Amino acid sequence: MSQPETKCWRNDAYAKVTGKAKFTDDLKFANVLHAAPAYSDCVHARIVSIDTSAAEKVSGVVRVLTAKDVPGENRFGQIIRDYRIFADDKIRYHGDVVAIVVAETRAIAIHAAQLVKVNAEPLPAVLDPEAAMLPDAPLVHEHHGSNIVNTHVVRRGNVDDGFKQADFVIEEKFQTQTIEHAYMETEAAVCVPRSTDGVLEVYGSMQHPFSTRRFVAACLGVALSEIEVIGTPMGGGFGGKDDTAAIVCARAALAAKLLGRPVKMVYRRDWSMRESYKRHPYRVHYKMGLTKAGRITAVQCRIVADGGAYCSVTPWVTWRSTVQCCGPYVVENVHCDTFGVYTNNVVAGAMRGFGSPQMNFVIEQMVEIAARRVGISGIEFRRRNLVRQGSITITGQKLDGHKVAMAQALDTVLREIDYEKKLARCSHGQSKLRSSRREEAQTETAQAQSLLTSAAAIQDDELYGIGVAMSYRGVSLGAEGVDFCAAIINAQADGSIFLETGIHENGQGSESAMSLICAEELGVDLKRIRYRRSSTSNIPDSGTTVASRGTIMGGGAVTLAARELKMKIAEAFCAKLGCPMDEVRFKDNFICGRSDTERIAFDDAMRQMWQMQNFPFALGTFKAPRVSWEEHTGQGDAYFTWVYGCQAVELTVNKNSGKVRLLNAVAAHDVGRAVNPEMVRGQIYGGMAMSAGYALHEEVKAPGGMMTTLNLNTYRIPRSLDLPEMKVIIIENPDPLSPTGAKAIGEPANEILAPAIANAIFNATGQRHCSLPIRLGALPEPVACEEGCK
Amino acid sequence: MQMKLFVNGKEVEVPTSAMEKRIVEFLREDLDLTGAKNACDVGACGACTILVNDEPSRICIKLVKDFGGQRILTIEGMAAPDGTLHPLQQAFLDCGAIQCGYCTPGMVLTAHAFLLKTPHPTRAQIRHAIVKNLCRCTGYQQIIDAVEKAAPHYHREERRLQAASTSEKPAHEDTEETTG
Repeated sequence: MSQPETKCWRNDAYAKVTGKAKFTDDLKFANVLHAAPAYSDCVHARIVSIDTSAAEKVSGVVRVLTAKDVPGENRFGQIIRDYRIFADDKIRYHGDVVAIVVAETRAIAIHAAQLVKVNAEPLPAVLDPEAAMLPDAPLVHEHHGSNIVNTHVVRRGNVDDGFKQADFVIEEKFQTQTIEHAYMETEAAVCVPRSTDGVLEVYGSMQHPFSTRRFVAACLGVALSEIEVIGTPMGGGFGGKDDTAAIVCARAALAAKLLGRPVKMVYRRDWSMRESYKRHPYRVHYKMGLTKAGRITAVQCRIVADGGAYCSVTPWVTWRSTVQCCGPYVVENVHCDTFGVYTNNVVAGAMRGFGSPQMNFVIEQMVEIAARRVGISGIEFRRRNLVRQGSITITGQKLDGHKVAMAQALDTVLREIDYEKKLARCSHGQSKLRSSRREEAQTETAQAQSLLTSAAAIQDDELYGIGVAMSYRGVSLGAEGVDFCAAIINAQADGSIFLETGIHENGQGSESAMSLICAEELGVDLKRIRYRRSSTSNIPDSGTTVASRGTIMGGGAVTLAARELKMKIAEAFCAKLGCPMDEVRFKDNFICGRSDTERIAFDDAMRQMWQMQNFPFALGTFKAPRVSWEEHTGQGDAYFTWVYGCQAVELTVNKNSGKVRLLNAVAAHDVGRAVNPEMVRGQIYGGMAMSAGYALHEEVKAPGGMMTTLNLNTYRIPRSLDLPEMKVIIIENPDPLSPTGAKAIGEPANEILAPAIANAIFNATGQRHCSLPIRLGALPEPVACEEGCK
Repeated sequence: MQMKLFVNGKEVEVPTSAMEKRIVEFLREDLDLTGAKNACDVGACGACTILVNDEPSRICIKLVKDFGGQRILTIEGMAAPDGTLHPLQQAFLDCGAIQCGYCTPGMVLTAHAFLLKTPHPTRAQIRHAIVKNLCRCTGYQQIIDAVEKAAPHYHREERRLQAASTSEKPAHEDTEETTG
């Protein structure tokens, strides 16, 4: 069994395990009203009128709000302001909200919302992203002039020359599906007008309190200081509680402001599934040139991402796909064209991975296809091409400011899972062996079984396979955005400490990680530190808690704040301690001079500082180191540092049903430094699980643009029995550019199990699946290699 | 006659007006027991799970009137009155089994019901036991670790109950009532 090696610490675990944690829907306010959204039945249509009269007549309905009630800005977006709080001119997808009904009870609001009628002229819907790019396609946003939201390129070397140098050229088309974040808590907001000063308090389930505040303030036409977004426990986000969550808050805030009463808007699962943005479905055409020696000479790829009805963060998501379009491999000649496209499908936006899960599904299968073409193992092919210390990436960035641990991660996983031995025992490639030497083949199968770490034995009607995938990933936002973060440490006169950062607790344990970093840096017990529930009125705008940036950016800010505080304290006490300032040390709740006997207890020191009229208070600001990007060439130092990870999986495929059974999975990730190791493991287990769902089960269906996957009974996220026992190995190479040494894990964990599964399925069946989710029917006996995609 | 429920060891009288409510709403709104979450409304996710006579029940699809006279345990009844965590809850903390926490109340209660019946579980049995409770954060690995870690407490309880019944002392109340 996998007993935890380290006892895990979380500041919020007690409240969560006892049911005392108050999530948004658990908050109660007197005199509260409830709001429910009204949708239309259209996918693409011009709005002629919205008839709210029937809804308004329902007893208990207080008000029905539409776009015309918005006093400020109805349109918003972090990149293009095209997302409507209420649809005004057109319906652009099935999840567009035309009105909200505000009523005395939730049941009345829900009932009355169904009575809102939209009179609209249907327009032809564009649902295929490739068709949307054609010149005569119906436009989703007429003023944009085209359905192409954005383009990115990489132009490196000369691909024509690269393909000339190649002995082989391989080419495949891949397609990935729309998936849902499926956070357990749906979008929710409670907005409360504060009678004392008129400030509107916003409690809600969101990852980005600051953009929520920006959108709420813009919607109401008021100053940022008139809105206070208060951190509230959140039931999962995975990138999904940025745009839509802020809109839900803005709608509830509008109602609260206009009606002068608290308004609660908690999304029903079907509203959430219908309206919330999803992971982009991709179409990728990938061509790779290879030498006989197993080197990649060129990559040409065309990436089309369906962004759905609004821009959201499509340009940023597709930028990461572009920067990472060759995976962790050195390629001298690259020509990549990436398109983000508007359609009348559900909006696509940020989801854990942010453009990398799609590309890794492509790349990590391409390298296996390449290896077979060249006639070497997939592992050997990877080794010949992977990034090493000092390598230059496809965007011209030299990887030298940190330990390049790609080979280390790969080796760690291969060793742990005993890959080479198990690969030789995969079902695919053994059929000849079986027919000619059946008895020996049975012995082989028995050996394969004995190698399995899982207790699950392989049945007679099952094929066995093992697969691996790896990635590197640029940390934090990179050249896509402004990237800095604040932390405040406020020590009290009795030695207790308040800590606050601009990073949001999404459920990942950020508050705990920040507290651990603070305690370590100050040399004090964890129990002194009270993480202060964050408020946008107190901590400077530190951006959004996405992009696996919480620990590196927030932790960086905490470290810098702690160092500043230590300087203040050292300055105040160095004379007493009889040493220069820079020799003052902080350990075991004491402030020490040169020797451990010359020391002052932390509590005493804080009391004395108060008496000296010297506040032990510090603001730390961590700014991401410089990055650069040239849009027209796709060259630059895209990210200030990178992380490296590898995962492998063993599985069986049932010959009759095609059912895939995962037997075992292993992951190794370089996280820089593990601040809270058990939580790091939790991120990796959860990321692998989500990636298994991406590979095998999950798909949002919307025939004709009408969403039909509306709840967790039809959208199948992995259950306990769908998953194998998992093993995680944490690699620590502290990063010099991170004040804590720590880097990132949330997204790296979630971007490679799907291609590992696809590779394992190939090794079991001989079938290459280039489309997600992977659907297998009854299988023929495995045959010699057929690389064509299913 | 007014209907009664026995919630976390306390008798609760149900007003007639609440009889047709969904019980998840009655617990959350009328009794302020907000640990049970309403995450899907269709009985698909298990976030609303409570125990009814020691059996897990998905209460987002059930009405108050169906629970007359039943013994209900919610997550708020798991810890001791002084706030000391039940060993199963403590195991969730120790094993890192909690991330966002939204599935946690239902998951703990499902695991509790399972361990009461199966105090010597294998990991495979634990995996089976929690299959109806969805978690999007953890991949279930550390939850299974936690349930496994808590199992010895349930063997001890089982032995204690057996000893008590063989010595013909009055039957002990079962775990959740002594701790809740």
